[in-house]
Amino acid sequence: MTSSSAAPAGAPADVAAPAADERGPSPGRARRGSPGEALAAYTFLAPNLVLLGLFVLLPLAWAVWISTQDTDGFGAGTFVGADNYARLLSDGTFWRSVVNTTLFTAIVTPASMALGLGAAVLLDGALPARGLFRSVLILPMAVSGVATALIGVLVFDENSGVLDGVIRALGLPGVAWQSGGAAAFTSVVLVTLWWRVGFNMLIYLAALQGVGAHLHEAATLDGASAWQRFRYVTVPMVGPASFFLLVMNVIYSFQVFDIVFVMTGGGPRDATSVLVTYAYETGFVTRDQGYAAAIGVVLLLLTLAVTAVRWRTSRTRDLVE
Amino acid sequence: MRVLRTAAAVVVALVTLAPLYWMVVVALSTRAELLGGQLRLWPRELTLANVERVLTAFPVVTWLGNSVAIALVTSLITVAVNLLAGYAFAQLRFRGSTALFLVALSTLMLPVQVIMVALFRLVTELGIYGSYWAVILPTAASAFGVFLARQFILGIPRELVEAARIDGAGHLRVFLQVVLPLCRPLVAVLFFMSLLQTWNDFAWPLIALRQNELFTLPIGLLYLQGQFGADYGGTMAFALISVTPMVVLFLVFQRYFVQGFARSGIR
Repeated sequence: MTSSSAAPAGAPADVAAPAADERGPSPGRARRGSPGEALAAYTFLAPNLVLLGLFVLLPLAWAVWISTQDTDGFGAGTFVGADNYARLLSDGTFWRSVVNTTLFTAIVTPASMALGLGAAVLLDGALPARGLFRSVLILPMAVSGVATALIGVLVFDENSGVLDGVIRALGLPGVAWQSGGAAAFTSVVLVTLWWRVGFNMLIYLAALQGVGAHLHEAATLDGASAWQRFRYVTVPMVGPASFFLLVMNVIYSFQVFDIVFVMTGGGPRDATSVLVTYAYETGFVTRDQGYAAAIGVVLLLLTLAVTAVRWRTSRTRDLVE
Repeated sequence: MRVLRTAAAVVVALVTLAPLYWMVVVALSTRAELLGGQLRLWPRELTLANVERVLTAFPVVTWLGNSVAIALVTSLITVAVNLLAGYAFAQLRFRGSTALFLVALSTLMLPVQVIMVALFRLVTELGIYGSYWAVILPTAASAFGVFLARQFILGIPRELVEAARIDGAGHLRVFLQVVLPLCRPLVAVLFFMSLLQTWNDFAWPLIALRQNELFTLPIGLLYLQGQFGADYGGTMAFALISVTPMVVLFLVFQRYFVQGFARSGIR
């Protein structure tokens, strides 16, 4: 198979990965085929495209439409134009949710990445029963968000929780994990980290396989300390993984629901309310569905902004292999 | 150094296991012990009373059956549909291939949370609100597997497919008899990833399932907690029941899950 788009003339042939890989989309493959082949292709794609069209793309367009309506979800609503969006601007709970979602993202993303990288480096080295340790660390990934959150409720209960038991046993004052806003927020973050670090570690472990031992040896010979080797060899080498995780963690955090909804329900006094819990409350409890759809659209725009960044930077690679 | 590393790994593992261990302890502790307020890392006596109480008060077996049925059917649909699409994108030449692939990919970043209100309207209009299908169909509409399937099937030599075509096999036959047998590891990865996701799914089933007897385990768990309130023994007993099947599956077939997550990651 010949590649249709050649690298720019004069480009050094031995540049490492990304630059050398920037060819057009799927050279040779996506071009002409017989009519029969095209028909077969559309037939093979049909079930998937029908499902995606019906249950993802159609609701997406519909959501934008609903966000211009005043409706409780039963029967026809009334068209109110941009009123729902205008209401958002002066809605204290909405802004509180925006701030909380942002704060949650700003804490959970770097923390889960740092912990994940630390754990990956730790479990990548020589260690007895390394496989067992790895299994243990990814175990939370198998536990549902609801169960995780309920375990969180159990551990963080400010009256009977095991954590406060330990804290008091150490002679420290108990923490108001439910009634205190900041403490409740902290408890949600900690439970999320417990749940998410395994995923981050897994991605970093895979990335570390690509860091050649010779690089570390060379750095050691040059007199680099363990920290210097981590900082100047490991961290740059796992850069693509870090970028992927950055995007994934940000998107996850924007959409966080299970843990917050079950652990605190957004309370106390909106201290842990995030965009999706607020949208759920609005849409399915107070049944102001037009307003809830507007919150969803805001969330969509936030997600799109992040996705656009990922798209610009990894598009070519995604398409070419 | 090695001792230090091992010690660090032990600490990290203990921190990870502690909450799960505590769930098990509370689930198997007597009421008196739980109300005693004394912190015990190991209960004086183990009991199945909490488990029995939960089993008699709630349709746990029905919920378990619902979870199994919904997870299996959803995973079967999504894997089949994604494999077909992956084959088309990887091996067939047709107009609009790249554009359609991008459309499918773009839906990956779109979470149900963004469209939940509209999706709720849609399933109501379709007349499936409150049925299993209201959960199954929107959940099965995922392009996650398309991407992995395309990658994997790209690795199958085109010559193999063309040789079968020259021998007179139709596309469906090529797919079923040539491509599919080579895709076993891929199918396992996709299937387990889908099972895990569907088994633990929460936000959408919470909206789509209204009747008690149709609940999946996570929804049932939340419902039960609402009824039991501070009865941690009962809640944790049910939490234990609900997470055990997936935890066991996860440990036994770990390598497929790990591959699934790792491959969905770096590229």
